[in-house]
Amino acid sequence: MAAPSGPDLPPGPPPAPAATPAGAATRRPVTGAVHSWDLSTGVDGPGTRFVTFLAGCPLDCLYCHNPDTRRTGNGKRTSADEVVAEASKYTAFIRAAGGGATVSGGEPLLQPVFAGELFHRFKHELGLHTALDTSGYLGPRASDSLLADVDLVLLDIKSWDRALYRRLTGRPLEPTLDFARRLADLGKDVWVRFVLVPGLTDPADNVEGVAAFAAVLGNVSRVDVLPFHKLGAAKWTALGREFTLAGTPSPTPEQVEAARTRFTAHGLHAV
Amino acid sequence: MTTSQQHPATSAPTGAWDGFKGGLWRDAIDVRDFIQQNYTPYEGDGSFLAGPTGRTTGVWRKITALFPEERAKGVLDVSHDTPSTITAHAPGYIDRENELVVGLQTDAPLKRAIMPNGGWRMVAGALETYGYPVDPELEKVFTAYRKTHNAGVFDAYTPEIRAARKAGIVTGLPDAYGRGRIIGDYRRVALYGVDRLIAAKREEKASLDAAPSDPRTLEDTIREREELAEQIRALEELKAMAASYGHDVSGPARTAHQAVQWLYFAYLAAVKEQNGAAMSLGRTSTFLDVYLERDLAAGLLTEEQAQELVDDFVIKLRIVRFLRTPEYDELFSGDPTWVTESIGGIGTDGRPLVTRTSFRYLQTLYDLGPAPEPNMTVLWSPKLPQGFKEFCAQVSIDTSSVQYESDELMRPRSGDDTAIACCVSAMEVGKQMQFFGARVNLAKTLLYAINGGRDEKSGAQVGPATGALTSEVLGYDEVTARLDRQLEWLAETYVHALNVIHYMHDKYAYERLEMALHDRAVRRTMACGIAGLAVAADSLSAIKHAKVRPVRDGTGLAVDYEIEGEYPAYGNNDDRADQIAVRLVEEFMRKVRKHPTYRGAEHTQSVLTITSNVVYGKKTGATPDGRRAGEPFSPGANPMNGRDTHGYVASAMSVAKLPYDAAQDGISLTNTVTPDALGRTPEERVRNLAGVLDGYTAVGGFHMNVNVLNRETLLDAMEHPEQYPQLTIRVSGYAVNFVRLTREQQLDVVNRTFHGSL
Repeated sequence: MAAPSGPDLPPGPPPAPAATPAGAATRRPVTGAVHSWDLSTGVDGPGTRFVTFLAGCPLDCLYCHNPDTRRTGNGKRTSADEVVAEASKYTAFIRAAGGGATVSGGEPLLQPVFAGELFHRFKHELGLHTALDTSGYLGPRASDSLLADVDLVLLDIKSWDRALYRRLTGRPLEPTLDFARRLADLGKDVWVRFVLVPGLTDPADNVEGVAAFAAVLGNVSRVDVLPFHKLGAAKWTALGREFTLAGTPSPTPEQVEAARTRFTAHGLHAV
Repeated sequence: MTTSQQHPATSAPTGAWDGFKGGLWRDAIDVRDFIQQNYTPYEGDGSFLAGPTGRTTGVWRKITALFPEERAKGVLDVSHDTPSTITAHAPGYIDRENELVVGLQTDAPLKRAIMPNGGWRMVAGALETYGYPVDPELEKVFTAYRKTHNAGVFDAYTPEIRAARKAGIVTGLPDAYGRGRIIGDYRRVALYGVDRLIAAKREEKASLDAAPSDPRTLEDTIREREELAEQIRALEELKAMAASYGHDVSGPARTAHQAVQWLYFAYLAAVKEQNGAAMSLGRTSTFLDVYLERDLAAGLLTEEQAQELVDDFVIKLRIVRFLRTPEYDELFSGDPTWVTESIGGIGTDGRPLVTRTSFRYLQTLYDLGPAPEPNMTVLWSPKLPQGFKEFCAQVSIDTSSVQYESDELMRPRSGDDTAIACCVSAMEVGKQMQFFGARVNLAKTLLYAINGGRDEKSGAQVGPATGALTSEVLGYDEVTARLDRQLEWLAETYVHALNVIHYMHDKYAYERLEMALHDRAVRRTMACGIAGLAVAADSLSAIKHAKVRPVRDGTGLAVDYEIEGEYPAYGNNDDRADQIAVRLVEEFMRKVRKHPTYRGAEHTQSVLTITSNVVYGKKTGATPDGRRAGEPFSPGANPMNGRDTHGYVASAMSVAKLPYDAAQDGISLTNTVTPDALGRTPEERVRNLAGVLDGYTAVGGFHMNVNVLNRETLLDAMEHPEQYPQLTIRVSGYAVNFVRLTREQQLDVVNRTFHGSL
């Protein structure tokens, strides 16, 4: 697997050693920067899910709707025990309702040891279906043992056009594609997410590129075409940052349908 | 069932029961046994359903054409000089040639009746409000000659009860209007015919003929004999009323068409006689299904015709009307009647009580469009067939007109023939009734604890003078100690008031027809209730976990509060706050149980406000949780708006912690989600909503109102009501036409937490 090139790597810990979460109980408590937790239905993977939002993200997406989760410093140092204890309050509900636990962010793989610990315990202690919501940019930090505890990856492929990807996120696309290929090799279930931003990500070639790539992977069971919205704009203002897409409209239903059609034309299940 | 109800002479009417199985129900009045022996569970989906016929649409259009005028005037018309009885009005029709099911409360559709037995002032006030003359003769009758329930109650109220009532710490009491929440077993009329029911009641009465020898039961026995005589009289009137429409209901129904008509006549007689706050229907769909399936199998009906019968019946249920005053409407907004129908559930033998007719009832929300009445209530269990679960979820997503209550909590306590009266009150049909008791204001009680029993609005001493707290920062222990004393006083005063009310209601406004459709030995509950639970719990949490400084006026009365620091709020599945709410519910129930009740009724309570959360809020000063004076409470057992920050599942989990055993009259949760918050595709939204209902039931949740709406829709409806005549929204325990709410109520709904997907 190819690691992202040097200058693009965000400051932070080196690629994680393979976490051994099974032995976690004997080590000092695993902690991470947690922005918040939430219960959601049908938007962070299948069914009703306990979603942990980790703080910190190496990307700086123009359309980010949770810019307050970007900085690790915005999180609260929290032990995995605390998160698991909170999630455990919902296992009876989630088992009856159908669903699981999702680790989102921010970028969960910025804290691979913590994320790995959460996945392992969600899956083995609480018996929940697990989902990793990631841009894939830090894919190399996801050890095979971390991925073994993940049932589903929600992989956000923001653009096929490399230059546009860098413009949107400030980072290169290649690590995401490498991660996608690795997940395909592992046979890991993937939902691709694609945010449709009029005037940015919606050119035919751009959508077509992502669709063609996703289709050949063989492990993509669903594509979420997510219409760009501005509900997070106030958070940018609150952070004292300019929301540069303030003038960009949300896509029309027709535009969203056109993008979906590009994915379904490749035999993908797009919603 | 009692042996006195056996009546072999009429146990085998020719023809009517052909093809029906079982014997127990033939020998004694036992509708449940009839259903169990004869119904056909349906485990499929809704694909068999038929849409509306042209006839159905025509009749519906004719009646809806009257709605705009009714909405504009408040009432369409009033029969202002004829006190309503079962037989007082000549037959009325919507469209005589085309109606399949006939019968109206008065001689014209939407024309409201007066029912002065509850109280003359209520009648006179309503007539004056809507510009109708108050008949001086009637006024004389009901003030000089014939005493009303309302007059009786005020004769026996104590000064203390009056003061508590005036302060609004005890509110909404049924002391001037019909108490309602009694469900006659209207199915009995269809299954047995009225003559058989009269014969059974005569035998019950005869069994009480012996002169009472025990002085303790003397009055009870005489009262019961008078009541049975009244019940028999009401049943005779029911026959006469049906005859005026050309139907003979003395014998059992022979066809599905007759079964629907007989059942409706029985219900109609009840709503001609009583202006009860809630006039619920019971659990009729699976009962009627037996008749519909028999006729379908015999080729007497097609699916389209079966649906037509249900649609026509539901049209009638949608236009039940009562004449009420603006003060009443303020408490229970949107002209509700709570024609609650309980659908689904699981039998004690494990078979689902879902039939095709369960689907047909819900299908009316498509055939006729969304509507608040009848109050469609699904008795939910994770064990329901998946096809039915998904159909219910689909109907909720499309219409926001369905509420759900846990069959898993009710079945073990009152069996599998339980129905909901009003919003959340479970009762075994024909065997159980309740004395409706409205509710007390817990938030205000907490303020009384801080102010030593003085009312924070008027300054008057209403509760016991426990001495105002004088500390700069409120201490949790000192507040809870005082609260305990105020709650003791409140429980005593409250139960005392309810005993007076129900004594008088039985005496002056007895539900003759509804009680004629009950067993003689009926189980009674004294249904107390609490409002302002979330405000009280959050206030106590704030006092415990943050610093709360009272702001006192010149007389030492705390009128506002300054809060320093944060506190955990009820509604986030956080025990620090949720357990405070649990303790309040348990504690008040414990205190209520200390006091004897009229007719030995079992004490219960509800956590339900209906729309009165707005009025209670208006009457309550600022509270230590940071709520401003006059701001609405959250409805029912809901967490306060905006304080449940972890999504609706976390919010619902907090509510599910409230113990049903300490609130067996029901715990109401209203959830409003945007469609996006259930998933991205229509199919997954349906599946996910059904899953959420399974989850809530699995963790012990009791009731959930489900609204699937965008706030923008409601805002637009406020501006352009004419474009949303049928927009329906579930509020605490019932549904309303959004455009019939007052603007204040509309804003309260709009400002409530919408759980979105962001």
